[in-house]
Order: sequence, then structure tokens, then C-alpha cells
Amino acid sequence: MALEWLHPVLIAAVLVLAAIGAVRRVNLWRQGQKEPVDIVGGLLAMPGRYMKDLHDVVERDKYMSKTHVATGGGFVLSMVLIVLVHGLGVDSKLLGWALLASLAMMFTGAVFVYLRRRNPPSRLSKGPWMRLPKSLLSFAGAFFILTLPLAGVLPEGTGGWLLTLVLTVLVIYGLSEMLLGMTWGGPMKHAFAGALHLAFHRRPERFGGGRSTGLKPIDLGQPVLGVQKPSDFKWNQLLGFDACVQCGRCEAVCPAFAAGQPLNPKKLIQDMVVGFAGGTDSHYAGSPYPGIDIGSASGGPHQPITEGLVTPDTLWSCTTCRACVEECPMMIEHVDAIVDMRRFMTLEKGSTPGKGAEVLENLIATDNPNGFAPASRSNWAADQNLNLMSEVKEAEVLFWVSDGAFDMRSQRIIRAFVKLLKAANVDVAILGNEEQDSGDLARRLGDDATFQQLARNNIATLSQYRFKKIVTTDPHAYHCLKNEYGDFGGNYEVFHHTTYLNELVQQDRLKFDQFQGGKVTYHDPCYLGRYNGEYEAPRELLRSLGIEIAEMERSGFRSRCCGGGGGAPVTDIPGEQRIADMRMEDVIATDAELVAVGCQQCTAMLEGVVEPRPEVKDISEILIDVLIEEVH
Amino acid sequence: MQPDLKLVSLLSTGRHPKSGRACRANQDSRALELAMKTSSQVTAVHAGNPDNNVLRQYAGMGLKKIAVLDLPETADPTQSLKHYLDEQSPDIVLTGVRAEDGESSGMLPYLLSEKLGWAMVPRIAEIQSIENGKAKVLQALPRGQRRLIEVDLPFIASVDNSAAEPRQSAFGPASRATIETISTEIFTDEALAGWQLSAARKRPKRLKIAKAKTAADRFKAATAKSQSKGGTLIKDKPASEQAKAIFDLLVTESVIKQP
Ligand code: SF4
Ligand code: SF4
Repeated sequence: MALEWLHPVLIAAVLVLAAIGAVRRVNLWRQGQKEPVDIVGGLLAMPGRYMKDLHDVVERDKYMSKTHVATGGGFVLSMVLIVLVHGLGVDSKLLGWALLASLAMMFTGAVFVYLRRRNPPSRLSKGPWMRLPKSLLSFAGAFFILTLPLAGVLPEGTGGWLLTLVLTVLVIYGLSEMLLGMTWGGPMKHAFAGALHLAFHRRPERFGGGRSTGLKPIDLGQPVLGVQKPSDFKWNQLLGFDACVQCGRCEAVCPAFAAGQPLNPKKLIQDMVVGFAGGTDSHYAGSPYPGIDIGSASGGPHQPITEGLVTPDTLWSCTTCRACVEECPMMIEHVDAIVDMRRFMTLEKGSTPGKGAEVLENLIATDNPNGFAPASRSNWAADQNLNLMSEVKEAEVLFWVSDGAFDMRSQRIIRAFVKLLKAANVDVAILGNEEQDSGDLARRLGDDATFQQLARNNIATLSQYRFKKIVTTDPHAYHCLKNEYGDFGGNYEVFHHTTYLNELVQQDRLKFDQFQGGKVTYHDPCYLGRYNGEYEAPRELLRSLGIEIAEMERSGFRSRCCGGGGGAPVTDIPGEQRIADMRMEDVIATDAELVAVGCQQCTAMLEGVVEPRPEVKDISEILIDVLIEEVH
Repeated sequence: MQPDLKLVSLLSTGRHPKSGRACRANQDSRALELAMKTSSQVTAVHAGNPDNNVLRQYAGMGLKKIAVLDLPETADPTQSLKHYLDEQSPDIVLTGVRAEDGESSGMLPYLLSEKLGWAMVPRIAEIQSIENGKAKVLQALPRGQRRLIEVDLPFIASVDNSAAEPRQSAFGPASRATIETISTEIFTDEALAGWQLSAARKRPKRLKIAKAKTAADRFKAATAKSQSKGGTLIKDKPASEQAKAIFDLLVTESVIKQP
């Protein structure tokens, strides 16, 4: 074929240019802060992480997972063979056939990409992403035809100048998209950054079925606390942002986005990329932050993020529900990034919105967010005849009451749980007035100083006593005690009350009648489900009462937040709807008369929805209604 | 904002009403907020222990430095403060109305004003303007009323609870501010030395008999501050009306009987 010399040169030139792009991209990430990673180990683990962890997430969308395997797998294989066959001129029929096969696979995948892109759902970004199927098809198609002679299907030199010219143009088009786009910032960038992100993820514990949800503490002695500029992120966080494929799965599950608050996790991640790469968001072709037009944001690696790139309201709209993180196929950590930026706002600028400042001041002065007298914390237990740790020093179970102690509605849950513990003859004690807020709220509001103080105080108190396990009715305290106190030397065996009660039921220490009410559904609290992976115990408990749970469409790991996490009720960023109302609509859609919950915050949020609506009850409240009390 | 104006804000240790813990005092924080809004040259001063951690809470509002006149609890701070203010010669000194802890007499701004020979404006809510050596300040009166007062610089003012809320205290700036210790002559508080202090006894509370008939009355009773209310200005009215007003008052107060 004429111009035969052209393709090896082309391939080599594109590879060199891509390599230059890669170095530039890596340097962009290196603007971030140091964070040690296991380079060799990470790179070795990368293929496994791709096949298992990433693919598990992609697999939730069957169409896309098959498409991606065909396109991505086909491309990687084809690229290797192209370098051998067309670049280095290895003359082998076998390789030629292999290349044809892999190109055919890629082509098929690309056809499905094309079909999906004909009528893309709103969560997908448009813009350059719309040309991707065409680039994929040109790449696979052109190389397919070029390879035919090598495989001996067509005689050498088939086609004239015209065909060669057309193929060459398509090859250039395809190669630039696939290789140059990968490192110079096209849609294919996700493959390059995504692969490296898998290797150098900031939370490697997440891979292989692990869970890593506790926020990372900050060193309070630093000259600037929290993230002010994109370059204040760790370098591998920047790498993570760059891995985003703009699939919009995070957008589709974000409760704040659905409520019309000015947050869209996908746009946020894209804005972070705009931040560290410099420029404006005018090339962004996805859904905006509700109520904020695209095109007005601009940033640079050393420019304060909240001055021009992202409005503070965007950062404060998040409920830290982790739905986005759970859905993200690229394993991006949105919540870490949001809290990092909140830390700067709170710890450096003192600009926590809404009631934030007041709540934080209360936490400092009274150890509870509403400023109640610390000496009245255990008033609720006046008639409960409960052991105090300060008196008994030792107990099998330490019941962590949490700030629900001050709230009359939550007290009903707490009392119900105590009644169940007594019925099962559990050796239990509480800390009473010695307990302090777990620090959850302070931490999510960005005040890591107050969180660390509260954590240290609580750990010091706990260290005076002996107990086997901590049980709590509050998933937020549960999460802190279990996943976040470890960084300060507090390591405990912590259980959510539903897990513990389920154990008691299995051990036949609690007996119940059958439940007599109507239809029941169950709302998974974010901090119990996605944060701690406990989906089963509450359901088993309900089933043990003979309840057949009418599941909501969004349940389990896809549960929609009640709107109560992350300090969202405190900062109270306006939207078009309330998240709790939307969640109640999910409940109503199941025709349930009762929604079972396992969190006093969820109870408060869902009960805040105007009646008529289904009844809201904590699982322990449902249980005491059917408890068979034995006389001991 | 008047960048060239020198303000001094006096800070004391507050006491949280529910937990009794030391914290920034409500009125002092409002005074500091007002000072920071009025000028960029604010000196924050505390007379007492320089190691007091509460000072950091004030610093977190955005102060680079807090000056502390190092004094023991038994000292009379007014003398030391007077010397300090003489040196600094500020245009305005702001304090709270009364301290939340200790003697809590509310006398400090008055004693200082006496010693310095400056005017003292109690319970201000706002500084409206400062021009040609005169300041217009809004004084807070009961039930949200305000009185505009013009006062010559320099002056002292105590800041009322109804002044703007203090800004949030941020941990970063709080932990980085410098606490500048100023050693100063110690004047013993002779009066205090002669007192015997004993713990307050809780007295049984007299049951309140609700006199108010309507919700509006109850609201009034709950929000009233003990001060003279209402009043009409009759200075510029004709003499006959003035006489009538006085006559009516004497009748309502039962000094004379209605003929
Ligand atoms: S952040 Fe993750 S889920 Fe969201 S658009 Fe990007 S890749 Fe998709
Ligand atoms: S954590 Fe929840 S609220 Fe926050 S961005 Fe993600 S999905 Fe949205």
C-alpha cells in the first residue's frame, strides 16, 4: 500500500506526544500536597482493582458494563497489537488476526456507545463526549481495514490513493482521540487518570471488599487548616478528580441535587479539575448546579476555591450521605473533598452558615449542639434505674446514649431500647453526664478542632471503665466511635442497636409476638448503611416479627438520605424541595403505613414531614410494642 | 469603616449560663464586633491572666494580637487600664455593660470615664457615623427603641446585648494570634480586700402571679427592661399645654385631687 511509511511514523509521533501530555498531566497532579503511596504495590494491584472493584460498580449498569468491557478491553488489546503490527512492522498473520478480532470487539462496543449516545440521559455530559463514539468507530474501523491485508484477507495494496487518504485521516482522528485525548485532556483522560487513581487511591482499604469511610484527621498545627486552593488537596485527590468520566451517576443519586440545592457532585468534581488545571467551566457540558449558570466559574491551582470557582452554598448543601461515592465507578471521594473545603471555611474563615456558628459554640461550651446544661444530660434516665459507669466501673455493654438524651422524641427511642435491654437481662451501664457529643456534627461542619477535642474527652472518659462493647441507637455516634476515634487511640467494639438486638433475638434472649399492623417499609440511615455496611440486621429484626418489608425503590446501598446528615439541617441551604419530603414520597410509593428507621436524626427528619403521612418509628419502638415480657 | 480611627476594645472572661464554663463574654464580643466593623485599627485588651484560654476565642474573630495587662485577681484593673489608655490615646473605648463573672458591678466603664475625664455612653447598639471629632451613636432603650446620641471623641461606651451579633470565632486564627503580655504596676483593690466573699444561697423563688391578661401583655412584661417608659417631649409646646401636662401628671400620681 502506498504511504506505508506513514503509519509507523504516525503511531510513533502520537505516542511521543501522548507521553509529553502524560508528563504534563502528572505535573498538574503534583501541584497537590504530599501523600505517601505504595507505588509498586499500587501499580501491581491496579489490574485487580479494575477487574474487581471498579467493575463491580460499573456492573450495576449492565448495558454500560458490557459496552465498557468490549470497548475498553478491545482498545487496550488493539493498541498493543497495533504498536507491534503497524508500528514495529512485525509480520505475523496470527497477530494480524488477533488484531482484527480485538478491533472487531472494540467496534462492537463502540456501536453500543453510539446507541447510548443517541438519546443520552440527562446525567451524562454532552459536548466532547458526544463525539467519542465516532472517534471510537473511526479508530476501530480504520485500523480494521488497514489490518486486512496483513492478515492476508485482502491482497497488499488494495484500494487506491483515495482510500489510503481517507483511512489515514480516520487513523489520525482516532489516534488523537484515543492517545492524545488520554493525556491532553479529552474524554479518554478518564482511562489514564482512572487507572493511576486505582493504583494510588487515598483509601486503598476500599479495595477488595473493604470499607473506609472515616474522615481523615487534620494536623491542627498547620499554617492553613483545610483546603483553600486546589493545590491544598493531596496530590492523589487531584488525580482522583481527573479520573471522572462524567457519567453522572453521582448526580442521579445526589439528594441535594434532586432537591434543587446548588450542588451537583459531578459538576463539583469537574470544577476541581478546572481549579487545578486552571481556566473556566465554559467547556463543561453536563447539568449545572441547580440555579447557577455554567460559564461564570473560573479558577487556578493557587486561587481560593470559594472565590470564583465554587460558591460556599454548594459546599454546604451536601448531607455527606455518600450516595455519590457509593455510585462512582471511578472511586472518587466526593465527601472527603467537600469536608476538606468546609474545614477551611470553618476553621480559617469562621463562616459556617446558618446556625452553624451557634451550634459549634454550643458544642465547645456545653458538649451538645443545642446548648443544654451538660449537667442535665442524664435527666431522661431519672426513672430508668440504669447503672452509671462512674459507679459500677464495669459492665458488659456500655450504652452510648448520644445527644438524643436531650430531645423528648429521641428519648422515646432510647427508653424503648433500654426496656429491651432489661428484658434481655443485659448487664448495661451508661456514662450519664460524663458522655459528650460524639463530635459527628462538628466534624461534618468542618470543625475538626472541636471534633478532636470531643473525641479526646470521650476517649479519656471511656478509658476509665471496663466494658466489652459499646451499643448505640445513633448511627452518627456509631460511625464516629467505630471508624473515627481510632485515629486518637480509641478502639472499641461498637454495635448499632439493631445489630445488637438482632444478636439477642438470635440467642433467644428476646421474644416477640407477631407484628399486627399494616405494611411496613424500612429506611436505611446513611451512616448505618453506606458508612458501615449494616443493611441486614434491621431487616432481619423486622422479619422476625413476621413483617414482610415493602422495600422502597431506593433502599440498601442506594437508600436516599433523609436530609439530616452532614449538618445540612443546621446550615439549611435553600432549595426547591426538602430532602425529607422527597424521602417521604419514596415511602408513600410503597403504600406502607409505617416506616421503620434506625436513627433518631432520620426519625426527626421524616416526622418533620407534614401529615397525613405514614407513621415513623424506630425499630426499638416497634419491638417493644410486641415484646413478650417474661417474669424473671 | 473609618480606617484611621483608633479603637480599644476591653475584653473580659465570660461564663456560659448553662455550663458555667469560661467562654467569650456576650457583650464584650459584641463590643469587639462593633469595634472591628468601625475601624481596622482595633486594639483588644484584657486586664488579667495572660494564660487565659478564653482570649483565644476572641482572637478567633480575626485579631492578630491581644494585649494583656498582667494582673492578679486581687488587683484593681481601673488604674492600670487608665495608664494604658493614656499611653494609647484611642478615640473610642468599648466595653460590655457588665462582666459575666467576678464582681460584675458594671462600674468599670464609669470609673474609667471618671479617671480619664471622657464621656461615657451606656448601652450603645451601633456607631452610626464619626465626623469632625464627633460620633453619632445609637443607644439601646427598652423594647427595641433607639436614641441617637452625639458625643465628642474620645469617649467610652458600653455595648448592649442588642448590638450586632459577634462573628464566628475560627480556630486557625485563634491559635495563631499572639498574646502580648504587658507588665504593669499592680494596684490592689482595697475595697475588695476588705470584703468577705461567701457562696450565694439559693433562695426560694416567689411564685409569679400572672397579671397580664393578653398574650401581648405577657410579651411586654417579658421583654420589658426596668426603665422609665414612653414620655412625650413638651419642651416646645405652648405654656398652657405644658402646664396641663404637669397638672395631669400630678393628678394621675395622686399628688393632687381632680377638682
Ligand atoms: S464523579 Fe464519579 S459518578 Fe460522578 S460523574 Fe464522575 S465518574 Fe461519574
Ligand atoms: S454525599 Fe450525598 S449530598 Fe453530598 S454530594 Fe454526595 S450524594 Fe450529594
